[in-house]
Amino acid sequence: MSTAATIDVAALRADFPILSRRVHGKPLVYLDSAATSQKPRPVLEAMDAYYRETNANVHRGVYELAAEATARYEDARDAVAALVGAPREGVVFTKNASEAINLVAWAWGVRELRPGDEVLVTEMEHHSNIVPWQIVAQITGAVVRFAPVTPGGELDMDALRGMLTGRTRMVAVVHASNVLGTINPVAEIAALARQRGALSLVDASQSVPHMPVDVTALGCDFLAFTGHKMLGPTGIGVLVGRPDVLDRMEPFLGGGEMISNVSVEGSTWNDLPWKFEAGTPPIAEAVGLGAAARYLSAVGPAAVRAHEKEMAARMLDALAEVEGITIYGPRDPARRGAAVSFSLPDLHPHDIAQLVDQEGVCVRAGHHCAKPLMRVLGVGATARASAYLYNSPDEIDVLVRALHSARRAFGGR
Amino acid sequence: MGGLDDLYQELILDHYRRKRGEGRLDDPTVAVDQNNPLCGDEIHLELGIEEGRIARLAHTGEGCSISQASASMMSEALTGRSIEEALAVVEHFRLMMHGKEPADEERLGDAIALEGVAKYPVRIKCALLGWMAAKDAIQTYQGNGNGGG
Repeated sequence: MSTAATIDVAALRADFPILSRRVHGKPLVYLDSAATSQKPRPVLEAMDAYYRETNANVHRGVYELAAEATARYEDARDAVAALVGAPREGVVFTKNASEAINLVAWAWGVRELRPGDEVLVTEMEHHSNIVPWQIVAQITGAVVRFAPVTPGGELDMDALRGMLTGRTRMVAVVHASNVLGTINPVAEIAALARQRGALSLVDASQSVPHMPVDVTALGCDFLAFTGHKMLGPTGIGVLVGRPDVLDRMEPFLGGGEMISNVSVEGSTWNDLPWKFEAGTPPIAEAVGLGAAARYLSAVGPAAVRAHEKEMAARMLDALAEVEGITIYGPRDPARRGAAVSFSLPDLHPHDIAQLVDQEGVCVRAGHHCAKPLMRVLGVGATARASAYLYNSPDEIDVLVRALHSARRAFGGR
Repeated sequence: MGGLDDLYQELILDHYRRKRGEGRLDDPTVAVDQNNPLCGDEIHLELGIEEGRIARLAHTGEGCSISQASASMMSEALTGRSIEEALAVVEHFRLMMHGKEPADEERLGDAIALEGVAKYPVRIKCALLGWMAAKDAIQTYQGNGNGGG
């Protein structure tokens, strides 16, 4: 792991062309990286170079160009595998994190779940780790249960332990909440699941981009994340699976690439991980993701985490100064990421987002695809500011000034 | 906050702070719920229809200033109208929001102030929420054997 404890934000920002643009005449203050991250030059250049220099279909042609395209595609897999400490045959490229979770829900869940079996999720899941299980439960007669969230915005681990029973077949839990910022003890949860004979899946969409994640150390069976939140392009996500578990599973999607042999009598499947990659994959996107993984590895996930811990602390302190504000999630920066949800009295999150946009500040407003959690929090929507490795403390000051100004625009006291 | 003056006009903020038609009816003829799945805005709308007219209208809900002010303005614009007129006003409002008809103040009343929202595509749905609820309520009423009128 990197020894650098800090990030040189100014130097690093120069890698992100978009960060130098202006919005409404103001410098862009991008605080919505939990929705999607911006892309550094090496990612943009890798994708551009792929199309300019080596575009060909992968795993097919015998000619040089096809061999180069295949090499770049598979190099990307190695870069991702190295970032999360996975064996390369356990790294399956998907469209996004949602598809990665759907892959498990369909390829494992539909075949393995029986009526009365339980899938345990939590109240702080993104819809992408709820809805696939609900669909599969509808088909199989299994039941989806929700481990509760404490008033402080953390997982109620005692309740979760109590809900893990002999009927539990899968525990699917988010590593870092996209709303609360909460970092969950997923290694402990994966161990508890294993003790009960259940599989575990960790939604790492908000953790792999922001902190060191070692899938072997976590001990989970599946890890799902998406490319575009970790400096990569849209259209590519990752399912990391334990190879022995993936090996026992049937394919998810059928088609080209994923077969070993096809005959009119039936077909046999390709080796891991290609068994789960039907059709021509998003090659340029994979190449872009590989460049993103290398970029993150070079900066150092530990340094990213250290920076974001500071940003979270700064944001929590600065936001707390805004009169009437409610901040959701843990107050201890050590227990959370730098995605901070908040609300203001008499100023709806949409209006907050619209008003601060005038100052060039991008924040998200809405239910953040986590409606069950919104219900627990007793709100319909929140505003959310989320920082990443390229954000500076100055930008938080801009946000807070914009919030004061928004309150004045609405006649706030 | 320069640049947003047409979006956050004083009239809109006034309707947002003091919502007209907010509440519940004792015996609604028809009640509907609508929400905006993208942002979670919600409205519960009740109509009291007498002799083909919207005699009473009440709404509750949660949402941004635009959706709430718009529901308030909608309640003023539609109360007292025949259900056919009301449907026509709703359609006019919808077309205005999409920039396809110039605003007709006689029909819209204060809701004419929302014309500027058309310039903010993501907020059009907010403005339309209450009006779409009204259309849904009237069509539900008509579908319950009260059709044509």
